[in-house]
Amino acid sequence: MTNLELQKTANEVRKGIVTAVHSAKAGHPGGSLSAADMFTYLYFEEMNIDPADPKKADRDRFVLSKGHTAPGYYSALANRGYFPVEDLKTLRHLGSYLQGHPCMQETPGVDMSSGSLGQGISAAVGMAMAGKLDQKDYRVYTLLGDGEIQEGQVWEAAMFAGANKLDNLVVIVDNNGLQIDGRVEDVCSVYPIDKKFEAFNFQTINVDGHNFDEIRAAMEKAKATKGMPTAIVMKTVKGKGVSFMEDNAGWHGKAPNDDEYATAMADLAKIDEELAKGGNA
Amino acid sequence: MADVKKIATRESYGNALAECGKDFPNLVVLDADLAGATKTGTFKKAFPDRFIDCGIAECNMTGIAAGLATCGKIPFISSFAMFAAGRNFEQVRNSIGYPRLNVKIGATHAGITVGEDGATHQCNEDVALMRTIPGMTVIVPSDDIEAKAAVRAALEMEGPVYLRFGRAAVPVINERDDYKFEIGKGVLLREGKDVTIIASGICVESALGAAEKLAADGIDAEVINIHTIKPLDEELVLASAKKTGKVVTVEEHSVIGGLGSAVCDVLAEKAPTKVCKIGVYDRFGESGPAAALVEKYGLDAQGVYAKTKEFLA
Repeated sequence: MTNLELQKTANEVRKGIVTAVHSAKAGHPGGSLSAADMFTYLYFEEMNIDPADPKKADRDRFVLSKGHTAPGYYSALANRGYFPVEDLKTLRHLGSYLQGHPCMQETPGVDMSSGSLGQGISAAVGMAMAGKLDQKDYRVYTLLGDGEIQEGQVWEAAMFAGANKLDNLVVIVDNNGLQIDGRVEDVCSVYPIDKKFEAFNFQTINVDGHNFDEIRAAMEKAKATKGMPTAIVMKTVKGKGVSFMEDNAGWHGKAPNDDEYATAMADLAKIDEELAKGGNA
Repeated sequence: MADVKKIATRESYGNALAECGKDFPNLVVLDADLAGATKTGTFKKAFPDRFIDCGIAECNMTGIAAGLATCGKIPFISSFAMFAAGRNFEQVRNSIGYPRLNVKIGATHAGITVGEDGATHQCNEDVALMRTIPGMTVIVPSDDIEAKAAVRAALEMEGPVYLRFGRAAVPVINERDDYKFEIGKGVLLREGKDVTIIASGICVESALGAAEKLAADGIDAEVINIHTIKPLDEELVLASAKKTGKVVTVEEHSVIGGLGSAVCDVLAEKAPTKVCKIGVYDRFGESGPAAALVEKYGLDAQGVYAKTKEFLA
C-alpha cells in the first residue's frame, strides 16, 4: 500500500473506533486512536495473515498487550475483512463476540486474549519461542502502552527475549505520554524508554507513530536484524484525529456522547477530504 | 508398614515428564530456576532442546507458556506451589484459564512438608486458588504411582491442569495390579459403614492408618482417595456420605477452600451431612522437619484417628 492508501485506511480504522466506543457507551478511544496507524500498518502492510483463514499455520502473530485498546484492534481486523465493520457497533454489548478486552475464543483474528497489563508481552515472547523451537520463520508483534511498561512483568519478558535473542519478535511501545492518572512522567516516569530496552539487549528504534515512512523503515530494519529482538518506541498523540480527544488523559477510557460523536466523525470526515486532495503527509 | 518404598512426588513428577517426552513430542517444560528442586532437571537431561529455563520470573514463565500453547505446544510450567499458584494466580487466571489454553502447571513443594524453609514457602492455599478458576482441573496425587499417572493423564487431556506435588518422600501406597487412574474419579480404598474419611495427597496414607486404629476400637471407617479435587467425584462422595452419615476430610492444605471445602460444597447442596475438616486451620506454617510438622498439625495417622474419635463421640 502507498502511504496515502494507508492513511485513508487508518482513517477508516479511526471511524470504526469512535463508532464502536460511542455505541458501547464505554471503552478506550484515546489509546486506540494513538495506535490506529500502527494497527493499520501491521494488518494491511506488515503481517503475513489471511482474514479468510484466521488460524492459518505459520501466520505472523500479534498480541495486543495493551488490551484495553481493543476498539483499535477490532476496527483494524474488521476493516481488514475478519468480520463485518457493522459489527463494531456491538462492542461490549451483552452476547457480542467483541468483548471489552480481546478474547481469542470469541473474535476471529485475535491470537491471544489480553487486557491484564504486562501479560501480553509474555505470551508474545512464548509465540516467538515456539517459532524458534519449530524453526519456523513467522514473526511476532506485540503492542504495549507506555503506562503499561510500569508493570514489572514487562521487564521479565524483555529480559527473556533479549537473553534468548528472539529476533522474530517486535515489541512496539505506544508512547502517547498519557495514562489514566495523568502524564506518564508525573505518575511514575517510564523514561528513557529506548535506553531501557537497549539495556535488555534489544535493538531500539524511535519513530513518529503517525508517519508511515518511519514505521516502514523501522519494520524493515527489525526484519533485517538477526540475533536480537527489536523494540519500536513510537511517539504518538493520544486521541489522534479527534480534535477534542487529542493529548487529553480524560479520553483514556470514556465514550463520546451523541454530540461529541458527531464532532468526532466530522473531524475524521475533514481528514478524508484532505486525503482525497492527495494527502497532507 | 515396615520396608515401605518411599519417594517424593516431585521425583515422580520429574521422572514422569522424562518418560512422557517421547510419547508427547509437543511437550515442552519450563522452569524458573528450580529445575534441581522441582525435578524438571530429569526432563532437561533427556530433552535439553525442549526445556526452557525462564530464570526467577514465574509470571513471565506463565505467559510464555500461554504463547507456546497457542502455537500447539503442550507446556508444563514448574515452580514451588507458592509461586506457581500464589504469585502467579492472576497470570494463570487471565493468560491460561480465560483463553482455556492447554498449559499444565506442575507445582512442587506444596504444603507444610516443605519443612525447614518455613511459612514463606509452605503453600497451604494453592488448591483453593486454583479451584476457583473456571475450567481448571486440580489434581493432588498421593504417591509415586499416582503422580506419574496424573502427569500422563494431564498430557492426554486438553485444557489447563494444576498438579500438586510434595517435597518430602512419601510411601508408595498404590502398588497393586488393578490400580487405575482416571481424572475426576475418586478411589474407594477401604469400605466401611460408620464414617467416611476422604483424603488427598500425603494424607491418604494417614487416613488409611487412622482407619486401622479406628477398627481396633470397633469403628468401621470407609476411606476414599480424592486425587482430583476438581472436577470432584460427586457420585462417590455422595454415595459414601449417605451410607455412613458422617464425613471427615483430611488434607495438607488450609481447611479454607481445599478438599474439605469442595466436599462440603457438594454435601451441603445434595446430601447435608456432618463434616469434620482436618487440615491447616487458618494459620501460617513454620520451620521444622516435615514429619514433625505433619505430627504437630495432626495430619498423621494418629492425628486423624484422634480427631475422628472426637468427631464421632
